[in-house]
Amino acid sequence: MIACRKSFTDTLLALAREDKDIVAVTTDARGSVTLGDFAKELPGQFVECGIAEQDAVGISAGLAHSGKKVFCCGPACFYVARSLEQVKVDLAYSRNPVTILGVSGGVAYGALGATHHSLHDIAVLRAFPGMNVVLPPDGRATEKLVKFLVDFPEPCYVRVGRAAVPDVYENDDFTFEIGKANLLMDGSDLTIIGAGETVCHALQAGKALKEKGICARVLDLSWIKPFDKEAVLKAARETGRIITVEEHSRFGGLGALVTEALSEAPVPVRILGIPDEDVIHGTSPEIFHYYGLDADGIVRQALDFVGYSTRVFEAVAQK
Amino acid sequence: MNTSQLKLTSERSRRRLMEIICSAKAGHTGGDLSCLNVLTALYFHTLHVDKDNLDNPDRDRFILSKGHCVEALFVTLEAKGILDKAVLDTLGQFGSPLGGHPTVNVPGIEVNSGALGHGLSIGVGMALAARMDGKAYRTFVLMGDGEQGEGSIYEAAMAGRQYKLGNLVAIIDRNHLQISGNTEDVMGIDDIVAKWTAFGWDVVEMDGDDMDDIVRTLDGIDFRAEKPHLIVSHTTKGKGVSFMENVAKWHHGVPTPEQYAQALEEIDARIKEWEEAL
Repeated sequence: MIACRKSFTDTLLALAREDKDIVAVTTDARGSVTLGDFAKELPGQFVECGIAEQDAVGISAGLAHSGKKVFCCGPACFYVARSLEQVKVDLAYSRNPVTILGVSGGVAYGALGATHHSLHDIAVLRAFPGMNVVLPPDGRATEKLVKFLVDFPEPCYVRVGRAAVPDVYENDDFTFEIGKANLLMDGSDLTIIGAGETVCHALQAGKALKEKGICARVLDLSWIKPFDKEAVLKAARETGRIITVEEHSRFGGLGALVTEALSEAPVPVRILGIPDEDVIHGTSPEIFHYYGLDADGIVRQALDFVGYSTRVFEAVAQK
Repeated sequence: MNTSQLKLTSERSRRRLMEIICSAKAGHTGGDLSCLNVLTALYFHTLHVDKDNLDNPDRDRFILSKGHCVEALFVTLEAKGILDKAVLDTLGQFGSPLGGHPTVNVPGIEVNSGALGHGLSIGVGMALAARMDGKAYRTFVLMGDGEQGEGSIYEAAMAGRQYKLGNLVAIIDRNHLQISGNTEDVMGIDDIVAKWTAFGWDVVEMDGDDMDDIVRTLDGIDFRAEKPHLIVSHTTKGKGVSFMENVAKWHHGVPTPEQYAQALEEIDARIKEWEEAL
């Protein structure tokens, strides 16, 4: 169990020791990103921009254009809002291969409020031609992702959270391949799809449902763009119902991606995410619970979805 | 290229500019004309850019941050032998590889620009990369004076000083007009020298309508200095076409056939003059 941001920067530092072209850029966020060790050990490969996200993305573009392998790191909320035009023009449109690492994404900042939430990033960034989008679900997937991105010749947005997350992958014997979904549990009654830190909740829900005799398929769809359309279509075909779970607005995110993919072969889909309202103040787990994005919430929706009778449901709940 | 040759080249590009704007039926004519002398001096005198080796990692970098004046860059790249005439002739046509702002799909163009206020940050990144790699290439960024309203420029100005980027040159095309009128009426920058000096930049002013002064100024830059450089290039919007000079409506505009004929008459007279002088 490790925070994805820590896994990211640990891996990056190890790689950067051997590759002088790797450069980390940040905006007075070396602490929150966990880049302190990188800055101390490799000052010549570290660029501090101060609190200036627009500048940081532009500088990153210029560095990458000149052959550097650039990781521009800071709070997700600012990079996908304040500097969105730089991400659009200087990275995506200009095809400059910079990785934006957005930390403390989604509602990870909890009660700091909407200024610090990033619940629109998937919707916006997947509409930029040339942009790649991924939300790794745990530390091991993050490590594999960083190793891949170092030589990836395209811009990519990576969103991670803040707190340590449970392992989705219990050992290194898995692939986390661009554009590919991973099947975490097989099942035929319904499919639960997560991305990023909702994947572990989806997996926990899948296990809880199994105890109730419901066989859920659980898919890790953390690669949002490109995404594994075939895995989604197959899940629809073979299980007939889909629940998507995202730490994102219900508009334009994972749920939208899945329903768009299914538009020619539709099955019922329930989109679990943040509704169109000001997010309630609370810690990240409290917010997840309130909006039904944790395992309990997903199980409740799944039982209702598959027509589990209320009487049995209540009996189970009491138990 | 000596200054007389630069003047001739600039006038020939001016003529070609009129041709492509009329043929495409679009263009940011006034601002194209005000920066054309500087572009000519950069590409034919200052920049180490080899048309046969555009990806040379040691080449000097140029960013047209005032991307709407791409037509001036197109004719300069064509004159330099980087952009084919047949390609430039497609400007304004459906499916042309050329649009109304710079893109990396065009040979010789480093970054897509046109959303104002982006170029200087990218230039800072390029200059930093040169420093990290111990390379001698220089980075030049051309901005508009109206563009100075974009706050992101001042983030880049701070970074340029913080990293002591003497290998970075920003140029402001100070033609005093933006789309809505005089810059001082829209959002004044008459204290531009004091502002950039306060930001820690080495600031010089030049007459951007005078090729001799442009060359003298560019030649005088000390790229080993510990400060980035800002050149305020005092110019005339619409320079070289009498009825366009200092007229805000020519920010973008396409000459009528009569206006086109008059523009060419004026430009051709200067071309003849410089050809004879050479």
